[in-house]
Amino acid sequence: MLAGAAACGGTTKQSTQNSDQGGAKATGSANPNAPLKKGLKLAFLPKQVNNPYETIVDDAGIAAAKEYGGQAKEVGPSDASASSQVSYINTLIQQRQDAILIAANDPNAVCGPLKQAMGRKIAVVSYDSDAAKDCRNLFVNQASSEEIGRSEVRLTSQLVGGKGKIAILSATANATNQNTWISFMKDELKKPQYQGLDLVKVAYGDDDDQKSFQQTQGLLQAYPDLKAIIAPTTVGIAAAARYVSASKYKGKVAVTGLGTPNQMRKFVKDGTVTKFELWDPKNLGYLASYAAASLASGRISGKQGETFAAGKLGKRTIGKDGEIILGPPTVFTKDNIDDYHF
Amino acid sequence: MSTVAAANGGRRRAAALWRARELSILGALVVLVAVTAAITPDFLSAQGVKDTFLNASILALLAVGQTLVVVTRNIDLSVGSLVGLVAFTSGRFVLGHPDRGVLLVVLLGVAIGAAVGLVNGALVSFFRVPALVVTLGMLYVIQGLDYYYAHGQQINAADVPASLLNLGSGSVLGVPYLPLITVLVMVAVGSYLRAYPSGREFYAIGSNPDAARLAGVPVRKRILTAYVCSGGLAGLAGVLWLARFGTVVADAANGWELRVVAAVVVGGVAIVGGVGTVYGAALGALLLTTIGSALVVLRVNPFWQDAIAGVLLLLAISADRLLSLRVTRALRRRNVRHGG
Amino acid sequence: MAAETPVRERSRTEPPVRRAGALVRWDVIVAVLLVAVFAVGAGTTGDFATADNLSFALDDLTEIALIALPMTLLVVAAEVDLSVASVLGLSSALLGALWDAGWAIETIIPLVVLVGAGCGLVNGVLVTRLGLPSLAVTIGTMTLYRGLAYVLLGTNAVSEFPQAYADLATGAFPGTPFPYPFVLFVLLAVVTAVVLHATGVGRALFAMGANQEAAFFAGIRVKRIKLLLFVLAGVVSAFAGVVYTLRYGSARADNAYGLELAVIAAVLVGGVDFNGGKGTLGGVVAGVLIIGLLRNLLMLRDVSTEIQSMVTGLLLIVSVLTPRSRHVQTSLRRRRAGARAGGRGRVRRHDEAVDAEQ
Repeated sequence: MLAGAAACGGTTKQSTQNSDQGGAKATGSANPNAPLKKGLKLAFLPKQVNNPYETIVDDAGIAAAKEYGGQAKEVGPSDASASSQVSYINTLIQQRQDAILIAANDPNAVCGPLKQAMGRKIAVVSYDSDAAKDCRNLFVNQASSEEIGRSEVRLTSQLVGGKGKIAILSATANATNQNTWISFMKDELKKPQYQGLDLVKVAYGDDDDQKSFQQTQGLLQAYPDLKAIIAPTTVGIAAAARYVSASKYKGKVAVTGLGTPNQMRKFVKDGTVTKFELWDPKNLGYLASYAAASLASGRISGKQGETFAAGKLGKRTIGKDGEIILGPPTVFTKDNIDDYHF
Repeated sequence: MSTVAAANGGRRRAAALWRARELSILGALVVLVAVTAAITPDFLSAQGVKDTFLNASILALLAVGQTLVVVTRNIDLSVGSLVGLVAFTSGRFVLGHPDRGVLLVVLLGVAIGAAVGLVNGALVSFFRVPALVVTLGMLYVIQGLDYYYAHGQQINAADVPASLLNLGSGSVLGVPYLPLITVLVMVAVGSYLRAYPSGREFYAIGSNPDAARLAGVPVRKRILTAYVCSGGLAGLAGVLWLARFGTVVADAANGWELRVVAAVVVGGVAIVGGVGTVYGAALGALLLTTIGSALVVLRVNPFWQDAIAGVLLLLAISADRLLSLRVTRALRRRNVRHGG
Repeated sequence: MAAETPVRERSRTEPPVRRAGALVRWDVIVAVLLVAVFAVGAGTTGDFATADNLSFALDDLTEIALIALPMTLLVVAAEVDLSVASVLGLSSALLGALWDAGWAIETIIPLVVLVGAGCGLVNGVLVTRLGLPSLAVTIGTMTLYRGLAYVLLGTNAVSEFPQAYADLATGAFPGTPFPYPFVLFVLLAVVTAVVLHATGVGRALFAMGANQEAAFFAGIRVKRIKLLLFVLAGVVSAFAGVVYTLRYGSARADNAYGLELAVIAAVLVGGVDFNGGKGTLGGVVAGVLIIGLLRNLLMLRDVSTEIQSMVTGLLLIVSVLTPRSRHVQTSLRRRRAGARAGGRGRVRRHDEAVDAEQ
């Protein structure tokens, strides 16, 4: 009966394959010699305005704007929901911003208003978490998603000696960046040299400290012979490390992932965590700011291969689908963690 | 005289039936733990048990406070955002000031909570505004204040004084501080409600506010007290949150108010007031927390957790209703028999 | 016994508009506030009063406005439904899951609305047949339905819905800045207003809210009507879920999380008494518009979300405080004067009965 209902004609997913799946939208021609316009108005729209990580990124972007004489601000919802961002995008369009920088909670929900923004010649740059490719001009990625996923597996393998059960502690189940990284991790695990690693579970801590804490507990109870937990979220890794360091699993279960040096320092020093990685979130904001300004000034148009100057970060090239990569992640260990303060 | 004896008998019967409620929750808890432990023995290890009690402590503490309010036929929806505000404020307070003792921080937290509770209580008792509306509005206001104050920053465990963190993870004689504090509070409030006439007046207010007023119960004062206590305990919970988790962002405990109400209702405190004990509420909190942990341990799709909690809540409310119908019938039979 | 008679006589002799007497003052205040917000916005912020911006603002409001309609009916009848946002989320998740599985959209939408009716039916049965308090029941079903939404869709977000339907959800009525869903809302609001204020059913709702027992003895089929109200709430919430999903182009299990509080806030700001028996639909529409436009204006002026949150909370508290204090004053005055006039004595007792409901 179910098959009948589906076969009964009518509009189905197959029949409406949207041909609109274009690539990144370039803005037209570019003049690499054009100066950065003065007084550009930029707006950073993070996933959630009270997220400490996003705040560091956005503040750096705002400071960068001052370098080239622009004006930037951070606006956003207090709940990391897909639809709250839409209201803010509409408001920014009304305020006639020159550029909107967005870390999307959902790649598709924000598409409509972003397309409208682009239609009004507002530069749309996504960062941290991408929107659908045809809804933005550029995407500034903190590190190659592929690189993040694969390097996490490499790191983990080193820590556990190539075999054992591992689990992933992620953020929210719907987060674009998380799911992209996890899919690359799973792909890397298929390689023959990682045959000994067994991914038993992906748990979700919702980027909530308490929930991540409890999920870690649960993981270790459900899989007492777990060898490693990969937490590609700064909230998750901090919570997991805190739990493990106060429990009987300290030293037996490796905790790794993406974390900030300030939060992890204590656990690296007491031996709970050996290695973890991240990038400097300030650089992400800085680069995104310059990219948006270059776009809004007509220096670049978003096509692959174009280059632009990003202040103290030097010359940057636009890659495939309008993606700009900050650089490879930095691995933190006991030896270098004191050199970083964020 | 026989009528009074009959009434007393009826009351005792009612009390017995309600005690059955706490026992049934305890029973459900035992069954749940037994089944989970059979499948995953590690659930009952020292670490596992410690974890379960630690997890439930804060929710149970909030449930105790909420019981006071719900018993008087009111509700307090501002507790979640209040915990977040206090946790963050206390964190800021001790940041870089390791000399500020634990006691001082606790007092600060409780004071802030009690102050908010006072506002809630005043609006509900003096202006007779529906509790749902007042505390809902207060939820928005506190949330706004909290985010405004926090402004995207977070408190890191690394920066919190060890003495405070010890409160969250340390123990005395093998019993962790957190559950100990919760149990002490629970026993204190529970005995007050049961043994003191002023405590029992809370139940009177919930059963029949007009009768209570006519009988000379200082309704306004009691409701005010209930809210001040609920707020104060939420403040304490906020400090304990900071102690346990160390890392606090502005929206800590966001959305917890409905979890607390769920715990309280599952624990036998009827939403219409007049019935239930803090012991039941605390057990309800423990049950809901344990279900969450058990599902993770049993490797059940975590998304079922909310659905199961919802079903449980509905079952609890239905059971409440059936029980209260039976009690009413029993009392009515007594009255008819003894010409009351 | 005495408390019943005045209600019965009132429902036969007095037109329903006058029963909202104590609250007409607040309705006027709300209407004035709405105009004020609009004026301040247009005057201070150039981009506020543009067709574009208003269209966005109204778009934002759509689901809250739609669900506020059955919610008003419920609150007037002294019930509440906190599960509306979860039904919205569940219907969104169901829509997404079935669409992803290849079902035809023409089949999916009616099915989803039917499921919403079922959700409302569960609420209604638990409240009317088992006699459970609606607050507790709907907190339970709220958790249950949201949980089911997550079980259905889990980690996925489904998108790429048919363009024709998406256009219907996002497009504007030709020639006007009003989005189609908003036009639909206006039509439904008119119907609801007529039902509430000018039909026997509406009068019955007010009676039920004022004194359920009296209404029952007056021959009103309280249980049947309440059951239908809950089913209606479920249907409208499910439909709102479809609109939401098509508008944002994304079906997710966490869609509209927390929306129920916004709906209740709008209804209360609109002057509906939470204890039941009082309120006007015009007030609710004004309440919805005020909250929406105020938020829009604050965002345009770059006022942070924190302050927006605080403003909503304060508005909510003030809105219930004002009519309440007036009511308390009025009843105090009546009580003192009541000893003299016998006729007013009956009115006094009715007021006390209403007070006692709290």
